[in-house]
Amino acid sequence: MSTLQIDFGRSKSPIVGIDLGTTNSLVAVMELTGPRILSGIVPSVVSVAPSGEVIAGSEAREMLLTHPDRTVYSVKRLMGRGLADIQDELKLFPFQVGPSSESVLKLQLGERVLTPPEISAQVLLKLKRDAEAALGAPVTQAVITVPAYFNDAQRQATKDAGRIAGLEVLRLVNEPTAAALAYGLDKRKQGIVAVYDLGGGTFDISILRLHDGIFEVLATNGDTHLGGDDIDHLLMRIAMEDIQFEWGEDISNRSDAVQLLRRRVIEAKERLSFAPQTVIDLEYKGRRYQREITIEVFDRLIQPIVDRTLGPCRACIADAGVTVEQIDEVVLVGGSTRIPLVRSAVEKLFRARPHTELNPDEVVALGAAVQAGILSGDVQDKLLLDVTPLSLGIEIMGGLVSKLIHRNSTIPASATELFTTGVDGQRNVLIHVVQGERELVKDCRSLARFDLKDIDPMPAGMARIQVRFLIDANGILNVTAHDLRSGKEQSMDVKPSYGLTDDQVEAMILESFSKAEDDLRERQVREARVEVDAMLAATEKARQSDAYYELSDTERAAIDRAVNELLVVYHSDNYLLIRSKIDQLDQATLPLAERILKGIKIDA
Amino acid sequence: MEFYEAFGLSPGLSLDAEDLKRRFYERSRQWHPDRFSRGSKQEQQRALDMTAVINDAFRTLRDPVSRAEYFLKQNGMEMSKDAPPELLEEVFELNMALEELRGGDDSARPQLVEAQERFTGMRAEIDRALGGLFEKYDATGEPAVLNEIRGALNRRRYISNLVRDVAKELNVYVAD
Repeated sequence: MSTLQIDFGRSKSPIVGIDLGTTNSLVAVMELTGPRILSGIVPSVVSVAPSGEVIAGSEAREMLLTHPDRTVYSVKRLMGRGLADIQDELKLFPFQVGPSSESVLKLQLGERVLTPPEISAQVLLKLKRDAEAALGAPVTQAVITVPAYFNDAQRQATKDAGRIAGLEVLRLVNEPTAAALAYGLDKRKQGIVAVYDLGGGTFDISILRLHDGIFEVLATNGDTHLGGDDIDHLLMRIAMEDIQFEWGEDISNRSDAVQLLRRRVIEAKERLSFAPQTVIDLEYKGRRYQREITIEVFDRLIQPIVDRTLGPCRACIADAGVTVEQIDEVVLVGGSTRIPLVRSAVEKLFRARPHTELNPDEVVALGAAVQAGILSGDVQDKLLLDVTPLSLGIEIMGGLVSKLIHRNSTIPASATELFTTGVDGQRNVLIHVVQGERELVKDCRSLARFDLKDIDPMPAGMARIQVRFLIDANGILNVTAHDLRSGKEQSMDVKPSYGLTDDQVEAMILESFSKAEDDLRERQVREARVEVDAMLAATEKARQSDAYYELSDTERAAIDRAVNELLVVYHSDNYLLIRSKIDQLDQATLPLAERILKGIKIDA
Repeated sequence: MEFYEAFGLSPGLSLDAEDLKRRFYERSRQWHPDRFSRGSKQEQQRALDMTAVINDAFRTLRDPVSRAEYFLKQNGMEMSKDAPPELLEEVFELNMALEELRGGDDSARPQLVEAQERFTGMRAEIDRALGGLFEKYDATGEPAVLNEIRGALNRRRYISNLVRDVAKELNVYVAD
């Protein structure tokens, strides 16, 4: 029935906003009334079942206890990182490293060998399907959030994950900035806002100026390896020492016991946000370990972790060019900001009571949905001006870095440099691009090597190649080069220091896709049938009304015909065919709907 | 000069900061890539290029020092990297004190704190003088004034580096 139906899927397909978190992920969409979360929290856990099926979300989280060696969590910590980077993580996380190269890290999950972007893609795929089920329409475009302090490789890896999951990533948005968007949406806020975001694995601090719908990030700082995970590890280490003493057994090599303990420790940690004391309570194979922990002891234990967030906060305030007194409000984001000690530390530093009215678990996804609305054109009056968190530079003589784009520059940002040859007849120039604040190349993060090649042979110093470094609105580097002598585009090879090449990503897309498409078709058919049921019921009811008898014979015949044709295609697996018959009945019932509507108006 | 053109401004050393910010927001609203995500590839590229220029220009022009450096460079005047001769003696002593501190001798600390304050004061003085020179040049267009500005900028940059080095040793964080 035209008037009784909700118009699903017939407008342009929606862009979703995704918070791809270390611990949990969420998907949201922008609606007329504001951003809305589309499904429940999806744990960022991926498991390969013994059958070979890849599972993501709550089900996978349960597999952590039954199949710890086939299950992975907190994979966000590995995004865009190389084998050498993660030695510290390996001591704390049960990551099973597979056959990796120096630039591409791989994990072994049962029989499967997967890269971190492929694993994240499974979480994204789960979110995509949940969103499609909730919206009743295919979802192909998304805004995904990343920690503000993520470097180029980590951003690129996140974008790759989206592509592998069959999502066009229209924008990467920094998590604290997304939170500010969600937070500043309902009220026309002005002034300086600080966003303190302590999640499962990452810490970000951003300071923004809100002005007439523009959200201008003034500065950002953080630590991509600091979060609730660190607190969990601290408590686990203590518990494991206790257990060794009490049971006379080291459980650190029993991965199922470790995962069970991890869960108990997290539960205890969460209870301490509301209670003055709690008990870490573990039962494993008939044995029991209990340890009472008071909030005082907990606070003392985690003080060093909380303190590690304060340095970046002070640096951020200085870089933003504001004083503490000028900061009007502080917003808390991320599950770890529920911890009372974190709240009081923030309150002390900023001398203001932080805002907590939005759910810290949801605010980032809601903000991502707002940004999706900005990109689709549905949200017209808001604009986000974000910054790059790290300086970009190139290697010069002596292993030194020459900075081209400074941190906290509003993005997109660019810089051009002129390059030449040093030897007669030289055909190649190698440019090594790094990210970081230190003066020596070895202390910065290598991004990529660009090889300007096929330079016309000429005397040393005569070549004139202009290279443009551009950081786009996603915070990702783009490099183009021009030969100023010939005016032609200069060809070059790009070797990313960490992460996948374009071809590798392509191959991964194909693998996961065919299955996803089948699933989508099936779901679309199922959803169309649900819609048919509702329509037929509504039509049947309308046939009892007086309005039905006011219709002409041809109008009534058209309805009958449309109903019959819809019944014929009902069991077809052709989604488009069912849709076309739905449309036909929709049209046929239009006169009836109008009459009913008129009747309602007269009665009123 | 591209950066002035990006905001529809005629080149000059003095600038109204509020007016510049207003123009920046206005042009950001018009050109930001977010506004063109459903546009053609060419439109998107143009938005990206335009916004990059707008951002680079705003970053350069809003700060009086980087604005003046840009202005001088566009007028064909390069900055010198040499130490200003009148500071040489003081810098020599300062470096000695820094060495001592690095070597673990904490007795140099008060001297450094004092030097830090003095240099910060000198920098503030240069900033005040620059404001006057900017206005003078904008009014007269005399090349001699531009030379004077270059001298002041060289001195300022040198002092800024010293302040930063000392701050690093004293373990205090300062923004550039």
